[in-house]
Amino acid sequence: MTIKPPDAFSPGRTPTFEESARTSLADSQLRRNLGKATQTIRAKRAVAVKEMPDWEELREAGRALKSRVMRHLDEYLLELEESVQKAGGHVHWARDAAEANRIIAGIVRDHDAREVVKVKSIATDETKLNEHLEHEGIHAFETDLAELIIQLAGETSSHILVPAIHKNRAEIRELFMRELGVAHLSDKPSDLTEAARLYLREKFLAAKVGISGANFAVAETGTVCVVESEGNGRMCTTLPGVLVTLMGIEKVVPAWRDLEVFMQLLPRSSTAERMNPYTSYWTGTSEGDGPEEFHLVLLDNGRTDVLDDETGRQALNCIRCSACLNVCPVYERTGGHAYNSVYPGPIGAILTPQLVGIGKPGPDSLPYASSLCGACYEVCPVKINIPEILIHLRGRVVRNRQDRGGPRAKLDPENAAMQLLAKIFSDRRRFEGAQKLAKVGQLPLSRGGEIRRLPGKLAGWTDVRDLKPVPDETFREWWRNNREIG
Amino acid sequence: MVSASSGPAVRVALFITCFNDTLFPETGRATVRLLERLGHQVEFPLEQTCCGQMHFNTGYQREAVPLVRRFVDTFSPYEAVVAPSGSCVGMVRELYPMAAELARDRWLAERVEALAPRVFELSEFLVKRLEVTDVGAYYPHRVTYHPTCHSLRMLKVGEAPLELLRNVRGMDLVELPEAKECCGFGGTFAVKNADTSAAMLSDKLRRILDTEAEVCIASDNSCLMHIGGGLERGRVGVRTVHLAEILASEAAAEEGTKR
Repeated sequence: MTIKPPDAFSPGRTPTFEESARTSLADSQLRRNLGKATQTIRAKRAVAVKEMPDWEELREAGRALKSRVMRHLDEYLLELEESVQKAGGHVHWARDAAEANRIIAGIVRDHDAREVVKVKSIATDETKLNEHLEHEGIHAFETDLAELIIQLAGETSSHILVPAIHKNRAEIRELFMRELGVAHLSDKPSDLTEAARLYLREKFLAAKVGISGANFAVAETGTVCVVESEGNGRMCTTLPGVLVTLMGIEKVVPAWRDLEVFMQLLPRSSTAERMNPYTSYWTGTSEGDGPEEFHLVLLDNGRTDVLDDETGRQALNCIRCSACLNVCPVYERTGGHAYNSVYPGPIGAILTPQLVGIGKPGPDSLPYASSLCGACYEVCPVKINIPEILIHLRGRVVRNRQDRGGPRAKLDPENAAMQLLAKIFSDRRRFEGAQKLAKVGQLPLSRGGEIRRLPGKLAGWTDVRDLKPVPDETFREWWRNNREIG
Repeated sequence: MVSASSGPAVRVALFITCFNDTLFPETGRATVRLLERLGHQVEFPLEQTCCGQMHFNTGYQREAVPLVRRFVDTFSPYEAVVAPSGSCVGMVRELYPMAAELARDRWLAERVEALAPRVFELSEFLVKRLEVTDVGAYYPHRVTYHPTCHSLRMLKVGEAPLELLRNVRGMDLVELPEAKECCGFGGTFAVKNADTSAAMLSDKLRRILDTEAEVCIASDNSCLMHIGGGLERGRVGVRTVHLAEILASEAAAEEGTKR
């Protein structure tokens, strides 16, 4: 088994975004793969959304529904538990990743299973379920094509929807030949898919336990829903005798009719499809049809802490469409791995630090992985104000460092510079004095009318850009000399 | 020459922004010249310093609150506040309410609510408030326009800058491909995530060069300093000029300051 690199949800320190981005940005193959993929899907999404005359109303409905769920989450979860139990399913509550993994491993062991088949699920990536099962001697087979690719490569996902977006066909062909032992294989998508299909078919037929995540679960009826494009999810949720679903508690929706809104918003935003290809719904168990045993594991793992922050809690409204990743100019260039989190891109930048808690260098760097351009907010199908939450979280990161970081945090050069500037801007005379100082202070830096190199952290600016020196006369000096004579 | 005037005279307070005041005074002078040419009375409250955007967006939000109060104190007496910067106006209009909430200051929140709708970015002030799209400018150059993110997505100025540019005489305005994509400046982002910012800048520069324009125009000098700094470093012979300076240019005394 390959040990995957640690991420924000693993114990220990993870690199900051800027550290990891440096590596990703230097990978020209990655830049090309990602640029091509995101530009294509961006254009397709724009077309799919433009077809809808009531798109803005749908977005507003999605936002309102999700906000309502967050306000009454406790009630909807209890209603869901009751409905699932009434329909013959079992419900388990997991306060964190360890508890969720223990529960799921226990269910698998109870059925003497050594192998399980899995539907693509980010919740199980978050809890590191596969690694946990492996320790218990249980092998989890990923059945989503892209998940299979990265599982075989021993990598982590770099995109919410398209986990192997960083790989191209030629790379996948080589991987399949090596890992699946296929002697002759072209890089045609149909041939690559066929190789995966042959490999997976026997796994589907042999597995006693299937494991899935959930896109939605209806409190009113106890119906659980998985949305996918390949049919592998349908097989995992219908063929094995036992089905276990791990679901973040924020995925509950009040009523069956609410799905009308999300089933329009989600496919167009994520895959640019009018209708999703495979949408599986199940309600508990049914005699002679599908699994005989169904377990729903409800996962908290930091979500109730997110709920506690009235601004930040919007992040829980996310329906995992990945539109924000595809339009993000930062994501497009760095790729998902730079975020060191199962949730990359703009949504990851606001969700991850909240789920794992403020005060860790890696996740704390994520709210800064944005130029605040706002493209994400524009496309979000449930109108999460991502730029606003990024700014809000930057505030929490800084306040936490200032209040709990001790004397070292006070001496931090950035903090010192910000304190000094705040003092300068608080007084007009001090500000005007600083303007004069800037003119004098830049003299050693200016060469032939341009500043080519700045000291310290500011060198990041002059690495690729020249800087115009401060002009001789500030605007206010001009104003005084020309408009306020006498 | 068409003499451009625009309805009854408005008493305008110029919010120069600390950045333009110190680094791009020519943009401020152009804004004054333009508004006066259109028949309006420009005042410059000397007590203004910085709106607090850099502090607020970098996370130093407690430190930004006194600057928010200072801005509100300085500009509340005026019927219209105009800045040649979409970004700083975005801070005032969209983020001051958040700052007031953070300060748990109801009085500040109310004053922000009263002032914010009277604070305008220059192009939206001209097109939406004064309803003028032809300011009688003359600028005989091949140019392209980069819509800055905050004027586009926070302020939603829409086509206002382009409507103004289309009426500039002598100008060859070329569309910038992928214009709405961020240039990669992002305030302290350019320093904190210098590598990513540089990668975004490279793509923006490539697209600007593709237009074969000699001038790249925008309504924020912060983005232009980033773009212009990259162009200058490459010695490519394309310059950046703020929208205000273009609109202030006239046939006789053309002034597109080289940057």
